[in-house]
Amino acid sequence: MVDMTTSQPARKGDTTLGHIAYVLKDNPVTMLAFAMLALFLGCAFFGPALVPYDPLATNASRALEAPSWDHWFGTDSLGRDVFSRVIVATRLDLTISVAAVALSFVIGSILGSIAGYWGGWLDAVLNRFLDTIMAFPLFVLAMGVVAALGNTVENIIYATAIINIPFYARLVRAEVNIRRNAGFAQAAKLAGNSDLRVLAVHIFPNALPPMMVQVSLNLGWAILNAAGLSFIGLGVRPPTPEWGIMVAEGANFIVSGEWWLAVFPGLWLMLAVFTFNLLGDGLRDIVDPRKRT
Amino acid sequence: MSARLKMILGRVAQAIPVVMGVVVISFLLTRAMPGDPAAYFAGPAADEASIAEIREALGLDKPLFQQFFLYVGDLVRGDLGTSLTTGQTVMSDLAARLPASLELTLVALLLSCAIAIPLGVLAATRPGTWVDHMCRILVTAGVSMPTFFTGIVLIYVFYYLAGLAPSPLGRLDFIYLSPPHVTGFYLIDAALAGDWETWFGAFKQLILPAMTLALFTLAPIARMTRAAMLSALSSDFIRTARAAGLGSRKVLYGYAFRNALLPVVTTLGMVFSFTLGANVLVEKVFAWPGIGSYAVEALVVSDYAAVQGFVLAMALLFVALNLVIDIAYALIDPRIGLN
Repeated sequence: MVDMTTSQPARKGDTTLGHIAYVLKDNPVTMLAFAMLALFLGCAFFGPALVPYDPLATNASRALEAPSWDHWFGTDSLGRDVFSRVIVATRLDLTISVAAVALSFVIGSILGSIAGYWGGWLDAVLNRFLDTIMAFPLFVLAMGVVAALGNTVENIIYATAIINIPFYARLVRAEVNIRRNAGFAQAAKLAGNSDLRVLAVHIFPNALPPMMVQVSLNLGWAILNAAGLSFIGLGVRPPTPEWGIMVAEGANFIVSGEWWLAVFPGLWLMLAVFTFNLLGDGLRDIVDPRKRT
Repeated sequence: MSARLKMILGRVAQAIPVVMGVVVISFLLTRAMPGDPAAYFAGPAADEASIAEIREALGLDKPLFQQFFLYVGDLVRGDLGTSLTTGQTVMSDLAARLPASLELTLVALLLSCAIAIPLGVLAATRPGTWVDHMCRILVTAGVSMPTFFTGIVLIYVFYYLAGLAPSPLGRLDFIYLSPPHVTGFYLIDAALAGDWETWFGAFKQLILPAMTLALFTLAPIARMTRAAMLSALSSDFIRTARAAGLGSRKVLYGYAFRNALLPVVTTLGMVFSFTLGANVLVEKVFAWPGIGSYAVEALVVSDYAAVQGFVLAMALLFVALNLVIDIAYALIDPRIGLN
């Protein structure tokens, strides 16, 4: 992804911050990704206050207008401003994916730590369970979970979390497992710490750097999944602005040439996913220089 | 050969607990549905007595453990329940629509392998050239593209602007009759019947959705091919082969590529998982009458039996595909049965 042909081995004695600054300076793409992340976070926090139109306000006299100075992204079939809807939707889409990834992070960490530290039958049971989840095509499993639990936004979050758990649990399990008998863990144990404390305070933090990379790559995927579920009519209901549902509504107009209805929310969605993917690659460069591609 | 056979049998044995797990999860999904299933299946006009009757008929009054065995018994007989929307059994609905989905998925995968594998090989053998950069851009863009959005953009460009593609409505334009049913794959059936006009019609309908799915699967395959090829080319046995004076073609395709294929085949499993999910979205965009759009229609009207049947069918299909991939892996692995 990133052109590393000009990179030099990092100087000795650098601090973490110095290392991050060094990698960022060498890697403008990651800087760009951080800037884009800031843009999306800004949209999520301040978007509803800043947009020029009410995302739900209809205006029949100005329906299906092409992009213009008044309406940057055009208007939809009810005369709602597409730009305002796209920006306002940022908060909902990011909330769904962040909540889902946070849930799978926590559950995956707990399951993975237990299996990696104690091993034995717990480990075997967890592995069987994860294999079974992975035996489903993941998007299809998410559909099934939403169908079973009921068609609401919360259940979209749970479904997205469930299909992400295996990635975290496996990662944490591997990271904990290779350190459970390491010198520092045994020393902490001998100093009188309980198993739980050694696991939580001494071993688990070592798994955090690779986890952060996974989180970033996963967020993009979680956004795609959530948007995909709402594209097929699950979770978010109209007229709530949400990228997937806006693309779905715009799809009906694409065959008659009103491209802006579907293209702008789709591009915005793509940009968000792209940002998180770039960010994941950049974070990986900072965390694990050997895996640079 | 016996080592190979042993490996294949071992792999088949490994699939059994996974299938059992899939059945358990799909059973739990059917029992987790909101509200009282008996009241749901009885319909809105039912009174207490008929609900109780249906509860007994469905076995819902029995303990969960016993219900599970009833469920497995039904599965073994191929009974997935009845769809409320079509009135047919879910099994026959799925069987009727499966060929459409499989045709789309297989054509898309063939297309994406035909592009991605040569692209990855070229990118690995010519690092730093435009092929390498193109591969990198495709891979990054590919993982960020929502399939449903790619499909819509393709429709806009090739149907609305260029007028090259037919209207995105299903497998065959209404001016053609569907070919006589043999395999359910329109391309094969039309070719068998010798009806090339219909074959071309079906092909034109298929090309856009297949391209959409292929663009989606290009990225992981190209990325993996490039990485596997790079590591194979830098390994000792390639250096030895070169030092021994073998021709560059023989080294590249006879040794490096054959070894690089192994990790690529392994990624195909993951790619299938994504493809089967993306299939649902692509089928909705192109009104493709496959099992994905069947499940979407069923989801919208809360037709639970149909959705659960679909989820189970997809999971079993995926397990079977992974099994086939692993067997293919055993067959092409040059380290097994080398003499």
